[in-house]
Amino acid sequence: MKSTMLIVIPAYNEEESIGAVIEDLRVHCPDAEIAVVNDGSSDRTAAVARSLGVTVLDLPVNLGIGAAVQTGYRYAHERRHDVAVQFDGDGQHRADQIGNLLQPVSEGKADMVIGSRFLEKGRYRAGAARSFGIKVLSGVISLIVRRRITDPTSGFRVVNRDIIRFCSERYPDDYPEPEAIVVLHRAGFRIAEVPALMDQRQFGSSSITFVRGIYYMIKVLLAVMIDLIRKQ
Amino acid sequence: MDLVLILSAGVNVAIFLFILELIRRNRLKEKYALLWLFSAVVLLLFSASRELLHSVATLFGIKYPPSLIFLLGFFFLLVINVHFSTVISKLSDRNKTLAQEIALLREKLGRCRLDEE
Repeated sequence: MKSTMLIVIPAYNEEESIGAVIEDLRVHCPDAEIAVVNDGSSDRTAAVARSLGVTVLDLPVNLGIGAAVQTGYRYAHERRHDVAVQFDGDGQHRADQIGNLLQPVSEGKADMVIGSRFLEKGRYRAGAARSFGIKVLSGVISLIVRRRITDPTSGFRVVNRDIIRFCSERYPDDYPEPEAIVVLHRAGFRIAEVPALMDQRQFGSSSITFVRGIYYMIKVLLAVMIDLIRKQ
Repeated sequence: MDLVLILSAGVNVAIFLFILELIRRNRLKEKYALLWLFSAVVLLLFSASRELLHSVATLFGIKYPPSLIFLLGFFFLLVINVHFSTVISKLSDRNKTLAQEIALLREKLGRCRLDEE
């Protein structure tokens, strides 16, 4: 039986980049279903996606990245997909890298594979500087899951059916990328990381100052600690 | 005076643990629990440290130091309630939007069925 794939693109005001992202995915994953989850955008993100013929899950209100991604998982579960890919709509992720992430999952070696900007065949990528906050977060999460996770905030992931079912019922809202790693690990899933090339931000800017980075890191660590004591 | 401080410390420890347990059982979201946890910690500090309690009470001209704990507790409850009021307001707006969306979807669905016939 052929393995079906759903590519979930959570999108909030990405009308400028969503077209190119969909094109890129169509070229490299022609058999996959693409679902853009419009998280209450005020621009024409949903209209652009619809005009390109992809599935659009149009949330009536803005729920945040965690709930938007979970909407994609619920859809994947409903449509009985075997594999789901989390892919950003801002153009940073590259569709040609999906194959690398998919491999450990299709071979049954991992339940979730994260694409890391900072890895290169098992070593750190030269010149890709990680902010202090990400370094600390990566250290803490690596300790918890007992595997080296270098890019815990990466939204580039591939998961299998079991995780699709789990996430369709439960998914963290506040800091989903790092929290999901901890939650899934506690639920017994196997998590792996592979290197993934990513492009620079095409539109808009990432304005994370050092202080904001620390503040974010503290909040994430608190959320992660609470996830550790939560009942499964 | 000692007994009331011991009681206050005990109650605040109990509240702190209770809130943590509610979070643990997924019955309370962290973002709504933060104010409770912060309040419990601050009140616990004032219950545990006689010096702190007395010095701050004197600063505000409070004759009976444990009154400060009651006052603080009252203010924390006020803040927590106002916070909840804003949360409820936001949820109300969301609720309205969702209900309206359903009405619009029902209309579209009805129109689809009619077109098919």
